[in-house]
Amino acid sequence: MRKTDNARHAKLPAPGKQSKQSFGIRLGKDLKRNYGAYLLFLPVALYYILFAYKPMYGILVAFKDFTPAKGVWESPWTSSYGFGHFISFFKSFYFGRVLKNTLVISFSTLLVTFPAPIMLALLLNEVRSTKFKRTVQTLSYMPHFISLVVICSMLRLFVADSGIVTGFLEKLGIVDGTYSLLSMENFFVPIYVFSGLWQTVGWNAIIYMSALSGIDQGLYEAARIDGAGKLKQMWHVTLPGLMPTIIMLLILRIGQIMSIGHEKIILLYNEEIYSTADVISSFVYRKGLLEYNWGFSTAVGLFNSVINFMLVLMANQISRKTIYMGLW
Amino acid sequence: MRYKSKGYTVFTVFNYIFLSLVGFACLYPLYYVVIASFSDPVKLISHDGMLLLPLKEFTLDGYRMVFSNRLVMSGYRNTLIVLFVGLCFYMVLTVMGAYVISLRKLMLRKPFTILIIVTMYFNGGMIPTYLNVSDLGMIDSLWSLIIPGAITTSNLLIMRSAFMAVPESLSEAAEIDGAGHRQILLQVMLPLVKATLAVMVLYYGVAHWNAWFNASIYLRSANKFPLQLVLRNILIEGLNNDMLTDVGSADNPQAVQLLKYSLIVVSTLPIMCIYPLLQKFFEKGVMLGAVKG
Repeated sequence: MRKTDNARHAKLPAPGKQSKQSFGIRLGKDLKRNYGAYLLFLPVALYYILFAYKPMYGILVAFKDFTPAKGVWESPWTSSYGFGHFISFFKSFYFGRVLKNTLVISFSTLLVTFPAPIMLALLLNEVRSTKFKRTVQTLSYMPHFISLVVICSMLRLFVADSGIVTGFLEKLGIVDGTYSLLSMENFFVPIYVFSGLWQTVGWNAIIYMSALSGIDQGLYEAARIDGAGKLKQMWHVTLPGLMPTIIMLLILRIGQIMSIGHEKIILLYNEEIYSTADVISSFVYRKGLLEYNWGFSTAVGLFNSVINFMLVLMANQISRKTIYMGLW
Repeated sequence: MRYKSKGYTVFTVFNYIFLSLVGFACLYPLYYVVIASFSDPVKLISHDGMLLLPLKEFTLDGYRMVFSNRLVMSGYRNTLIVLFVGLCFYMVLTVMGAYVISLRKLMLRKPFTILIIVTMYFNGGMIPTYLNVSDLGMIDSLWSLIIPGAITTSNLLIMRSAFMAVPESLSEAAEIDGAGHRQILLQVMLPLVKATLAVMVLYYGVAHWNAWFNASIYLRSANKFPLQLVLRNILIEGLNNDMLTDVGSADNPQAVQLLKYSLIVVSTLPIMCIYPLLQKFFEKGVMLGAVKG
């Protein structure tokens, strides 16, 4: 009895056989046999339905003049067949500003923080002393473990009118040191980007380090025999060996180009520098949770999500065409 | 390996110097905060340039202010409660979900997997999520920090890969011996994926230790705030002056600054001491995440 039961699991039923029993009957049997597994999944499914799918239904708010008293369903649709919030966003002066800031911050971050870990990994790879390598690595991970709130507080202290960074720039004659750098529009992007570099460079180098350790040592030997020096080996063996990882991560990053998290932005910005610091997500936060403009805020967020999703789809397509590997 | 050109030697020297600088640059801001927290705040403000040792007079006033503050202490307590209760919760749910969608022979495995993966690409967004939590009556309750974010889907997928890497013959053997799914999961699978479990605990732990945003929108009463939100209110919003009046210097900017540096040290030092010990697990975690789900 047990034996036959087991044999049935081990082999998938052949396609021809499948049609013999109806889907319902097979499902019934599976439920009976694996009821333990289905029971285990029940709370997980409940969690996803309640906390991931139910909020998706709430997206309807984007098309409504929502008031909490009436609820999502009863609230009236907005003007323009429900697209009123979208139209007023596109027409508003904020649209251009948050779009520009999102793109500027995103591309600057990509430009600075993407190549840096690759270079760090390449340089660390040339270090012979394991002890030195470990020390540098450990130090470079450190910022990754500091909470965002603390990082932003440190930044604010360093760039305050009496802060160490401001003092340094004052000596160079760039600023006069009477204001915090965060009250000046021009400094927000560099502060955001370079602190991001500090936070991520060591941590992001890990994945390249492990890709490096996967490169066939025989290739180096062959290169040496062909007379390539260390630097040439780095250029002709190491870098090509890293390429698949680099391309993969780059494509992933491009898929996220329009999504900048709101947390770091709202910890750093203030009214004086909205013109360069306010991005889509921080705008959504302010409109919705501080000004209770629920419908409008949800509409802006939805607009952002749709673009993000299209970018991910595009990135996936590019990835499939270039490195024959996709996200799904 | 003996092959060395002159150019390479020069490169090596510069490489060591450069990497030392990188290490220093990563460490120095933290070191500066520690030094500043012991320094005479008046001198600190007028001092510019690098600091390598505390400026005299050496002071512990900052720490006195921090430890006499009720909110910082209750913040620590709340964070630990959320972390502990939450971790049990997250781990149980993540393991259960991951185990079920790792079962190759389960008929509904595919729909279940899709149900989960879809949420990585679509979500309600900020406002609908907030309205949902509010509908469920969790506003101003610590549960709002635990339940809504209980499962991180990417973590669940890492866990699933770990289960799928266990040879199927093991669970089949257990099944022949009459074990049910609960027994297979607890007695066969879990002991084999201990390393991944450790990574999960660390990932969830770090994420929830650092979290402040949800607390800032869901919680109302200050005595429920977790540590990071208390830090944000004091360090960034400059709220809560009752902490300063304890020392009798409510509107003294130097004291405020000293307090901020000390607070950063108090809140960050525990993590800085633990992480080098756990570094290996974190590195492992990065590689697990890199394996496609």
